[in-house]
Amino acid sequence: MHRKVAANGNEAIANAMRIANPDVCGAYPITPATEIMQRFTTFVSNGKVKTEMVLAESEHSAMSACIGAAAAGGRVATATSSQGMALMWEMLFIASGLRLPIVMGMANRALSAPINIHGDHSDGMGARDCGWIHLYCENAQEAFDNMLMAFKLAEHMDVRLPVMVGMDGFITSHAIQTMEWIDDETAANFIGEYKSTNPLLDIKNPVSYGPLILADLYMEYRKAQEHVMSGVPKVVLDIAKEFEQISGRKYGLFEEYRLDDAEVAIVVMSSAAGTTKEIIDQFREKGIKVGLLKPRLFRPFPYAEVGEALKHLKAVAVLDRADCFGGSHGPLYVDIASALYNYAQRPVLINKIFGLGGRDYMPDHAEYVINELLQITKDGKVKSVKEYIGVRE
Amino acid sequence: MKTWKEVPPGAVITEPGSSRKFKTGSWRAFRPKWIPENCIQCLFCWIYCPDMSVKVKDGKRTEFDYDYCKGCGICALECPGKKGNKAIVMEEEGK
Ligand code: SF4
Ligand code: SF4
Repeated sequence: MHRKVAANGNEAIANAMRIANPDVCGAYPITPATEIMQRFTTFVSNGKVKTEMVLAESEHSAMSACIGAAAAGGRVATATSSQGMALMWEMLFIASGLRLPIVMGMANRALSAPINIHGDHSDGMGARDCGWIHLYCENAQEAFDNMLMAFKLAEHMDVRLPVMVGMDGFITSHAIQTMEWIDDETAANFIGEYKSTNPLLDIKNPVSYGPLILADLYMEYRKAQEHVMSGVPKVVLDIAKEFEQISGRKYGLFEEYRLDDAEVAIVVMSSAAGTTKEIIDQFREKGIKVGLLKPRLFRPFPYAEVGEALKHLKAVAVLDRADCFGGSHGPLYVDIASALYNYAQRPVLINKIFGLGGRDYMPDHAEYVINELLQITKDGKVKSVKEYIGVRE
Repeated sequence: MKTWKEVPPGAVITEPGSSRKFKTGSWRAFRPKWIPENCIQCLFCWIYCPDMSVKVKDGKRTEFDYDYCKGCGICALECPGKKGNKAIVMEEEGK
């Protein structure tokens, strides 16, 4: 039975965690992800899960507890945001380097200073190269679905890597939306039993985690890790296919919206894609060929597939909800540019920085960007490659 | 040496006791020397050695295990010796 409900993103992630029934959950509260763990600890108290909660004194410790528990041989999950993610940073690399399939919900939020509790992608982007798999969600439904798939993906024997599932802080984490649960049994069967690899608690087969690897072998381990990452997209697609069977919902490496025959397009992640689709429909009604590409699997970034999907366009605007200070462009722009660079024929590319610290992304912003793309297709003139939109000048 | 295709996932060591193969004694710049006539068999050296390089047999201290002794000198520092005469002294390697 699939139940339609009104729920927010935090509730969606907490319920996916309940269904996964992790052995251990190391956590520390932080806005706007706090509600995930608040709801989850209620499940623990009410005996809905058999999870051992480790309420740590910081996110660094929370992730350390997750790492220890995953190495010990358990299914492990947690959630965080912003400064919490930043404090975990050191441990994120250890989780991925040790190949521990930890799953983490992330309500994306701006970083201090100045302090701000609202949604942007600074936290996730700051952790983009830490060896975790990143999935990003447009709404609560996707948060639920991606979180369920994240367990299967992380724990897949060809993967064994940690996965973070990002949704926009407050916009998705707290706004109540219509979504559909998958009944517990079907969803739990989909995720499957946890199988451990080299568990520390198997005392008959003693193992050691975290040895010193110096110049004579470090590069081999890094290359091996890169190789495992390169195989992730295939597993993501296989799991999505299986997920479609139980949910009826289709997922790819990214979503293409009216992109096939489009001449110009916007690339944008997470909740802003919803607003953008609305405006694209309005342009389409006027016969203007506009489309959208919404990345879902952000790490590993599917460069070849994204390049193929965008190469036919005349002009593309990449909208970044984070900036790289001192870097030339936003982080998503840099990846899209890399995906397209090797094509002899490629679209003109512009970059817009938007929505920082929870600044609203309004329909007229999408309209403004599309009009600029259309003007570029007419006169070929780019007024500036990178621009902040929705900022007071 | 292993290639990247051969290294174990996550660098997990699955062979118990394999650290025995890694002879850390080659790091040593100073070598502890045991002087049995000054030794009171208190076993402080055995307790304090951060490795397991002080060998004990039948409750008695025997020779150092130079395959693993890194020459840190902790044993020599802690050794009370007999009447102010140390039972462990550190000597520079290669001299
Ligand atoms: S020098 Fe250090 S490592 Fe060697 S036996 Fe003494 S305490 Fe142990
Ligand atoms: S600490 Fe000195 S006196 Fe005591 S057992 Fe060791 S060598 Fe002998």
